[in-house]
Amino acid sequence: MSLDQPMGTVNDVPRTAPVLEVQDLRTYLYTRWGTTKAVDGVSFSLGSGETLGIVGESGSGKSMLALSLVRLTPEPAGKIVGGRVMLNGRNVLDLTDRQMREVRGKEISMILQDPQQSLNPVFSVGDQLAEAIRVHDRDLDDKLIHERSVDALKSVHVPAPERRLKNFPHQMSGGMKQRIVGAMAMAYQPQVLVADEPTTALDVTIQAQYLRLLKDLQERTGVAIIVITHDFGVIAETCDRVAVMYAGRFVEEGPVEQIFDHPRHPYTRALLESRPKVDLKSTRLQSIDGQPPSLIDLPIGCRFAARCAYAIERCLAEYPPWFEITEAHAAACWRSEEVPWPSP
Amino acid sequence: MAEPLMVVESLSKHYPVSEGQYGGRTVGYVKAVDGVSFTIEKGRTLALVGESGCGKTTTARLVLRLRTPTGGTVKLEERDVHQLSGADLKWFRTSVQAVFQDPWASLSPRMRVRDIVAEPLVANHRVSKDEVRERVGVTLEKVGMQRWQGDLYPHEFSGGQRQRVALASALITEPRLLVLDEPVSALDVSVQAQVMNLLKDLQAELGTAFLLISHDLATVRYVADHVAVMYMGSIVESGSVDQIFETPRHPYTRGLFDAALPTHPRNRTEKLEIKGEMPSPLNPPTGCRFRTRCPQVMSICETVPETIEVAQGHRVACHLFTPEWS
Repeated sequence: MSLDQPMGTVNDVPRTAPVLEVQDLRTYLYTRWGTTKAVDGVSFSLGSGETLGIVGESGSGKSMLALSLVRLTPEPAGKIVGGRVMLNGRNVLDLTDRQMREVRGKEISMILQDPQQSLNPVFSVGDQLAEAIRVHDRDLDDKLIHERSVDALKSVHVPAPERRLKNFPHQMSGGMKQRIVGAMAMAYQPQVLVADEPTTALDVTIQAQYLRLLKDLQERTGVAIIVITHDFGVIAETCDRVAVMYAGRFVEEGPVEQIFDHPRHPYTRALLESRPKVDLKSTRLQSIDGQPPSLIDLPIGCRFAARCAYAIERCLAEYPPWFEITEAHAAACWRSEEVPWPSP
Repeated sequence: MAEPLMVVESLSKHYPVSEGQYGGRTVGYVKAVDGVSFTIEKGRTLALVGESGCGKTTTARLVLRLRTPTGGTVKLEERDVHQLSGADLKWFRTSVQAVFQDPWASLSPRMRVRDIVAEPLVANHRVSKDEVRERVGVTLEKVGMQRWQGDLYPHEFSGGQRQRVALASALITEPRLLVLDEPVSALDVSVQAQVMNLLKDLQAELGTAFLLISHDLATVRYVADHVAVMYMGSIVESGSVDQIFETPRHPYTRGLFDAALPTHPRNRTEKLEIKGEMPSPLNPPTGCRFRTRCPQVMSICETVPETIEVAQGHRVACHLFTPEWS
């Protein structure tokens, strides 16, 4: 039941018209060792109010994908060499840098992993928030900017916002700093929020608080969220849909429950089985042998084949197309029908 | 009950906080570790769990003799490790070894793997070159690497492989206790499982005891036999891994489990969320230190709770379990 679709598209039905549609996006890094195909033909769409999780290991290209969406790939090595990123009906890859600055923050925003690095240590929180606001409203006077800043902090439940505005980043905990970053990202109520490992640097109890905050912001504003993570726990907690990324491409995409219950790609299955579980005493973990392929020198066939327990000759020779499992669930695997479901 | 290998009693580390232009006046103390007691059994794993700043790493450093305690004792096979000198120190250093979180930081980029692995052996024993080579080879094989890989440099390995090198270096002196400070949290998900399985295999094969420092409850459940939960420098609850995971008693432990992310989207629950953040260690709450965030706080919590044994080997420091309140 192979489908003649462009590589990477899944025939899914978002709850509403998509606010973000990514088609065959390719981002390469030109290094002195060769061309790294960090994002190599990724397509997906995202409806408003929806949360898509992109899960993958380090080096899978997931962060480069996130940066490509907001056009912040590192210069000069990184280049978006193909594809389209349709945001509210226009391709952000065609915009000028000046137009892009308007779009960032107003239509699409980003939260990075480490709040320590997203904030400038020598400016107060108030100054930095004011900057984020002034980019979009150059005419606002100081009093209005102050009001807007206080509102932004209130929206992310920062206690005593007036006092916080005078604080510097080093005077705050990691969780508080990440809230400030969230306030800056959400100040203009963008339709899409890209969160790249938003809670990895936070403690467990603070992580739970932050994920709840994201959900709360989504309920209030209808923002569509892309959560990039290596942690299936974050996916289980927050996402409606999941895409699994391996060596620059999506290999499986589907609704979150289906991915957890019936993963159809051996890589997804292996990842799910290699996690220890808090609520179950396991005797032995399944581990995945070997390492992901180099993104400079990719195999012709399936990129996971060398580590896959189900690989057959065809897997090495030919890259698998998408096989549709249900309307919204597809996997790029020749043997997706035969992969057994994981034990509950 | 297995034999105790290391007994830690009312261990404390208080750092002075000074003020004034030249830092002359001591105005207070940060009680990084405050009266911590636990026992590590031979060939078993004790996990110290807690959030950043709870004192788990300081405890590990005290156990490793990298810091001097301000109170209490650490005894390895009934000898106080902070009183050792001379040849006894060599005994200690070969008996207790450590593996740290980040294998990019813990391995010298300018040394070959075989020299990194050999170092603890060469530093503490007089051994011939042939014997060193042989022991390095055997140890590399033990951690699932090949002998020829000893000629390579750390940058030629992936994170999981580097952690294997760190492990080989820690194991070459055949220590009785291995301190593992977040041994897998810098690694990728698919590689974490490899390293955790290796740790369990090595423990079964060599009978090494582990002190595991971790904030990840799933890792702890998989690797540990006993668990101690720390909050602001003290152990609030301890017991066997089953006791802690099946019947957690302290509100903080329960909150930690609640905050842990679900393993399946079906298990999303309304969380009994721990409110706020850890108070400043410069100015900790009086009485029970968790009371400012505790969902079950009572008036008596302004006094320090005693540690009560609620089941065999399961201890909780919480007023909810003192006889006159429960």
